[in-house]
Amino acid sequence: MFTRRETLFGVAGAAVIATLPVKAISATEVAALPRKKIDLLSPPFVHEHEQVATGGPKLIEFKLTIKEQPVIIDKDGTTLQAMTYNGSIPAPMMVVHQNDYVELTLVNPETNEMAHNIDFHAATGALGGGALTHVNPGEQVILRFKATRTGTFVYHCAPDGMIPWHVVSGMSGTIMVLPRDGLKDHEGKLLTYDRIFYIGESDFYVPRDEQGNFKKYDSLGESYDETLKAMRGLIPTHVVFNGKVGALTGDNALKSKVGEKVLIVHSQANRDTRPHLIGGHGDYVWEQGKFANAPARDLETWFIRGGSAGAAFYTFRQPGLYAYVNHNLIEAAELGATAHFVVDGEWDNDLMTQVSAPGPSQTN
Amino acid sequence: MKTHSTLLASSAAAVLAIAGALAFNGRVEIAPAPVTSPEIVVIEPGVLSYALPGEYLAGERVVDAPVRELDFKRSFDMMKYQVSVADYALCVAQNICKQADGIFLSDDRPVTGVDFADATDYAKWLSKQTGEYWRLPTDEEWTYAAAERYQEQALGVAEDDGANPAARWLARYRNEAANSAPDSEVKPLGYFGVNSKGVADMSANVWDWTSTCYSRASVEPDGKLGKGVKNCGVRVASGKHRAYMSFFIRSGKSGGCAAGMAPDNLGIRLVREKLTFFAKLNAMLQPAG
Repeated sequence: MFTRRETLFGVAGAAVIATLPVKAISATEVAALPRKKIDLLSPPFVHEHEQVATGGPKLIEFKLTIKEQPVIIDKDGTTLQAMTYNGSIPAPMMVVHQNDYVELTLVNPETNEMAHNIDFHAATGALGGGALTHVNPGEQVILRFKATRTGTFVYHCAPDGMIPWHVVSGMSGTIMVLPRDGLKDHEGKLLTYDRIFYIGESDFYVPRDEQGNFKKYDSLGESYDETLKAMRGLIPTHVVFNGKVGALTGDNALKSKVGEKVLIVHSQANRDTRPHLIGGHGDYVWEQGKFANAPARDLETWFIRGGSAGAAFYTFRQPGLYAYVNHNLIEAAELGATAHFVVDGEWDNDLMTQVSAPGPSQTN
Repeated sequence: MKTHSTLLASSAAAVLAIAGALAFNGRVEIAPAPVTSPEIVVIEPGVLSYALPGEYLAGERVVDAPVRELDFKRSFDMMKYQVSVADYALCVAQNICKQADGIFLSDDRPVTGVDFADATDYAKWLSKQTGEYWRLPTDEEWTYAAAERYQEQALGVAEDDGANPAARWLARYRNEAANSAPDSEVKPLGYFGVNSKGVADMSANVWDWTSTCYSRASVEPDGKLGKGVKNCGVRVASGKHRAYMSFFIRSGKSGGCAAGMAPDNLGIRLVREKLTFFAKLNAMLQPAG
């Protein structure tokens, strides 16, 4: 049943894989690859996937449908004329393994106003696929690329002349390309997570009227001119996780428990950010998101460069409420970049205890 | 002719500018707009099981607040509606109240984006305007008037022996998350309806400042309060949950902490003291207005 190559991989082990000369395979060979069709989930959730791949490379099919729609981005009802893949901000996260082929169907329904495309930072050539994927309203396109490099990579819309506007209006997501034999710690030992969350951070620029109130527009086209002026100021009106102030708090807070191993993938397609888990750490962090590099350990805060996605692996050790923030705390508290983790479990007094509860000061 | 009219026009403009400047500096007396006494609801006497505001410790362990049986022997008058954008603007126009920070979609909605000082300034101004004595409610009065709209504060964490402090944090978070308003957009007065006492919009998405201070105390086994501290730099804003807010906070969302649910909006709802001799005297002696 095994092809020669798969057998080799199995025997030779992980370390050798990267150095093996990978012969380009023919179109017929690609066509013969096992196909798998994935239904994408809305963030912060991620579709089911293997962490260690079984078998050889596959052809993984995804579909993104572009939706232009007004969305409410805070509890005051501020409206963003958004552009999205599949209706979510950020767009859904895709997971494949190294040397899998990604086959994306990009649909631009005729109800939309704009032409769109997609640039995968994980892909090689043609502006990340952008040059091959322009679709007008009423069109669709299929792109296939080979996931040659491991890591978390941003994808985003990149139409000529209007790239930043499309990106800060919601059109970005992440694809994670896992090593076929899974994630490794600094000593090369396998790391497996019990849960994965995808947090996509966005900076929004909503124009204001003379009174300072946020403006609302009837269409994308009408919002363009003033939005662009607001963007040029480089000061966002909102910095949010998952498309909205409070999208990951309250009833929608992320859930975990003590002892659970969590992988948090964090993307920012436009602007630098610095995630921090208040009361926790990053046990293993790929700041740049690229798994060919050993993870950094015991980080307090990690830096995600604008236009990239990173991954942090953490085992919760204490129950309670954790705030996961962009540690530019002004952006976290005033502009929206805060998520909450609700973590159940038993308290560990050894790690922390309140020796004496607050009470009146001792005067002697 | 042309020169003349230009001159006239420019001198007229100068006069207007001076008038404007005077008005701006508050030196021109603005004819006081007629301020009518707000619509009130008489809150009749009765009793209330009242969970004390603040934080309580049994030994080293945080516990639900002790409950006290309160007897409201006399009725009191409470504003049926919260102070509106239009009401508050009159006080601002007279340079007594500071401009509020809220988003004002229309005049007939509650004013928001006000801090504790703004709320007390408004009460003093209204007292002066009406010759009545208006003040912030206490949290006890607010809770009594809220009737069935009051939301239970006790967390009732089962088998809480204090070994896991996170149990209370999580219970509080889940409680407040479950009770949070679906949206924080301020709605017109009366939008959320009246409660059984006839008071409108209680426990909706605009919290009311009260005069009650934050306190922390120990609770003795017999339920009596032991040692404690009171911090009047932090006041109770009453609403869907009791929010403890620093007096200078105008936006609950900003004033809230990183890990918790914050009040959506901060507003004003006052009570009127019965016009006893002392109440009248007190109103007269107030400096504002």
